[in-house]
Formats: sequence, structure tokens, C-alpha cells
Amino acid sequence: MAKNLSTFISSKTKTVEINRENPTVIIGERINPTGRKKLLNSLKEGNYDVVRADALSQIEAGAGILDVNAGVPGVDEEPIMRAMIQALTEVTDTPLCIDTADPISLEAALSIYEGKALINSINGEEEKLESILPLVKEYDAAVIALCMDDDGIPSTPQERFAVAAKMIERAGKLGIGPERIVIDPLALTMGADHNAGRIAIETIELVVAEFGVNVTMGASNISFGMPYRAHINSTFIAMSILAGLTCPITNPLEDEVNLAIQAADLVMGRDDFGMNWIKHYRKRQKKS
Amino acid sequence: MSDILSKLSTAIIEGNFKDTPGMAETALDEGLEAGEILNQGLMPGMDHVGVEFKAGNMFVPEVLRSARTMQAAMDIIRPLLAETGIEQAGKIVIGTVKGDLHDIGKNLVGMMCEGAGFEIIDIGKDVEPNTFVEAVKEHSPKILGMSALLTTTMRAMEQTIKALEEAGIRDSVKIMIGGAPVTQSFSDQIGADGYAANAASASDMAKEFIA
Repeated sequence: MAKNLSTFISSKTKTVEINRENPTVIIGERINPTGRKKLLNSLKEGNYDVVRADALSQIEAGAGILDVNAGVPGVDEEPIMRAMIQALTEVTDTPLCIDTADPISLEAALSIYEGKALINSINGEEEKLESILPLVKEYDAAVIALCMDDDGIPSTPQERFAVAAKMIERAGKLGIGPERIVIDPLALTMGADHNAGRIAIETIELVVAEFGVNVTMGASNISFGMPYRAHINSTFIAMSILAGLTCPITNPLEDEVNLAIQAADLVMGRDDFGMNWIKHYRKRQKKS
Repeated sequence: MSDILSKLSTAIIEGNFKDTPGMAETALDEGLEAGEILNQGLMPGMDHVGVEFKAGNMFVPEVLRSARTMQAAMDIIRPLLAETGIEQAGKIVIGTVKGDLHDIGKNLVGMMCEGAGFEIIDIGKDVEPNTFVEAVKEHSPKILGMSALLTTTMRAMEQTIKALEEAGIRDSVKIMIGGAPVTQSFSDQIGADGYAANAASASDMAKEFIA
């Protein structure tokens, strides 16, 4: 077993340490206009109130890092990304995860962000490795690395592991250590392939055993097309935490998934005296 | 209705892909025409699946099983359909647009439309506008379907429609689009012919287009 690595993500004044001995770090997914009409319309109008409100509600619900995606159809991404980061910095010191496929927006975001950002994302495609890894190095950032490459998404855990190994090696050549690479094994939809969950979990086990790296995952796609989605998501996330998932990208406002994460942390012995669990219980009591 | 036809319908609904080819053969042995098997056995089954899926009573894995069952039956009767000169409803070219790798929705649309009697030409995911243009030229479909699951890749739908216009073949097809971030107003804005919220609606829309 490789040693558990610590990934440090920071803002100007706050640092989050992601490590398998610490409680799970939730990367809040809601600041993303895909499928969110209210946010999308507000961004189109140049209004960042929804962004600010989304940040605060997610932090309140337990997000440790906020994902920021500025993809508005038909609008130049870079100025929106800049404005979103500025708006967020005004209201919170929670570190940010910069989520863009556009290297120009990414560099703009990194240049104004004060701290060590998490970049979302690279994958094993040559073009991505060549355009993004130098930015990871230059800005002392960490990066999410998706287990897919120019040949698409591999169908076996072993092949996905090989893509992860390639990305870690390529980063290493630039002097970016594995502690700055957060692997995403890719959770596909169980509705289309009932092995999708198992493949993701086995991929996590392989990369953790070999490299000790931190692991992220978007865990809500997995239940697409199925009834009782929240139950599937929460069971999957708890099992993935046992396998080695450390910083899932989720919506912390979904209580059921949040509870599963907190319970999994307690089960894993990462919640000292169960204080987190009890604290969240009291918070819920107050609300209801 | 003949007993075997209703059995075939049920087999499609239940997703019984193991027994269906044998049942299709039995139907042929009983002297039924391939067209009858398609129109009175298989398609009513698939219609039922579409209705139940839309209503939230059936789920994606069940639709996939039903579609697989449909395909297993079609493998038996397709050669005979061609022989007897029975025309399918028409061709649909579908693909996920440039930059986008999501294909579950697109595959479901393909399967539902196939179940409704269309011939599907699936040109895959991450499809360049020009590849769509070439496919329309090559296959002369009645309908073109595009899927995008990201706000950042939706624009490629507009680019594809422009590319079709530039090639002078925009009006040769009906264009339907779909995917999580896509809306009716986006469809109107980029000049598509329709937006479908799910695979069953897409299949209904395709039928309306050729009606």
C-alpha cells in the first residue's frame, strides 16, 4: 500500500487538507449553469447574486471546496469566470475548484485567484496534458485527472488505472508531485451498464493502493434513469469512501447524500468523538 | 390479434431478448408476414414501453432491454422486410455534437426511434459539424437528431445547423435536438425544428415529422 498523500487546496486565508485520515471534503457542485436556469439567467444578466448565494448555502451545508463553472452557451467564458471568482472571493474564503475546458478561461482564473486552486480537469488526452499541466505547474495548483484518454473511456478498472498512471507520470516529469493529482475514476451510469459502479470502485482501489493519491468523483450520474436515485447515490458514495474516495463532487444540499458521507466518515474513524455527526444532527433539528 | 403477435408485444415489454428471436421465427412459420410482425407485434410493444417510460413507470435499464429485444427480433425479420419491399418509416441520422462524449441519451433516442420503425444511422459522439453534413449528404435522412449534455457544447448544435445551411441542405431534413441543458427556446433560437425532453418524446416527434 502506498502512503496516503495530502493534497492542499487553499484560498488567501484558508487551507483545506485532503487526506484519507481526515473527514471527506465535499466539493460543492452547484455553481455550474448546466441545467440550472436561475443561475444561467443571472449570469447572462451579469448578476452574481445567485453565485454568492449558492456559495454560502453550500458552505453552510458542509462544502469544503466550491466548484466554479462559467459555461454559458453563446457567451465568452473568460470574463464570466473572472467575475465569478471575484464575486466568490468577496463572500467566502472557501477554496475554489476551477472547472473549465477552456485553457484561456483557466489561465485567467488562475492569474487572479489568490491561493492554490484545484483545477477541473485534465484527462489522458495529449492535448489536455500539453495545454493544462504547464498551468498546474506555473500556478502551483492541484488538478483533477479523469481516467480517460484519446481512445475514450476504458471499460476495465485495469485500463483506467493505466491512464491514471500515465497522467501521474506525465505530471511528475514537469515536477508536479502525485499529491497534486486528484484522480477521478469516472462513475458512469448504472442504468446503461450495471457494472458501472463496480468498475469505478475497483479503479479507486487500484490507484489508491499504488499511488496513495486523493480521489474525486461526480457521484450523481451513476443513478441516472433509475428510481430512488438518492439511495443509490448515497450507498455508492459510502462504498467509494471505503475504497478510497476523499473529495467527491456533489450537491451538499441533498441531505441524503450528505448524511451518507458523514456516516461513512464516522464509520471510518475520521470523525473524532462523532462530533461532526452530532453537530449536523443538531443543525437539522433546529431546521425542522 | 394472433396469439403469437401479442406474445411478441409482451416479450418486447418484458425485455425477453432470449426467447424473442425464436418467437419471431415461429410467427414466420405460422405464415405471418414480416410487416405484420413488425407493425402488430413489435411496434405496439415498443409503443407501450415509450408511454410507460414517459410516465415514469419504466426505467432506463428496462428500456435498454426492450430495445435489445426489439433488435434481436429485427435481426430475424429485417432481411424479409427488405425482400417484400416493405419500407421502414425513414432514416434518422443521430449523433452527440462536437466536444461532447455523453451518449446514453442519444442511444436511447436511437433505440426508441428504431422501435417506432425508423432506420437509425448513429454517427457516434464528439461529432464535428462537417461530419453531420457529410452524413446527411450520404444517407439523405428525413430527420437529423443532435444531443448535447453540456452548456459549453450546446453551441456546436448551432454550428452544425449553420454548416448544413452553408452546404445548402438544411431544409432537406427536420432537425430535433435534446440533452439536459437544451430547452425549447434554445431550439427556436438556433433554428432547429424541435426539442424533445426525453427519448419517448423524441420518438413521438419523429413520427409527427413524417406524418
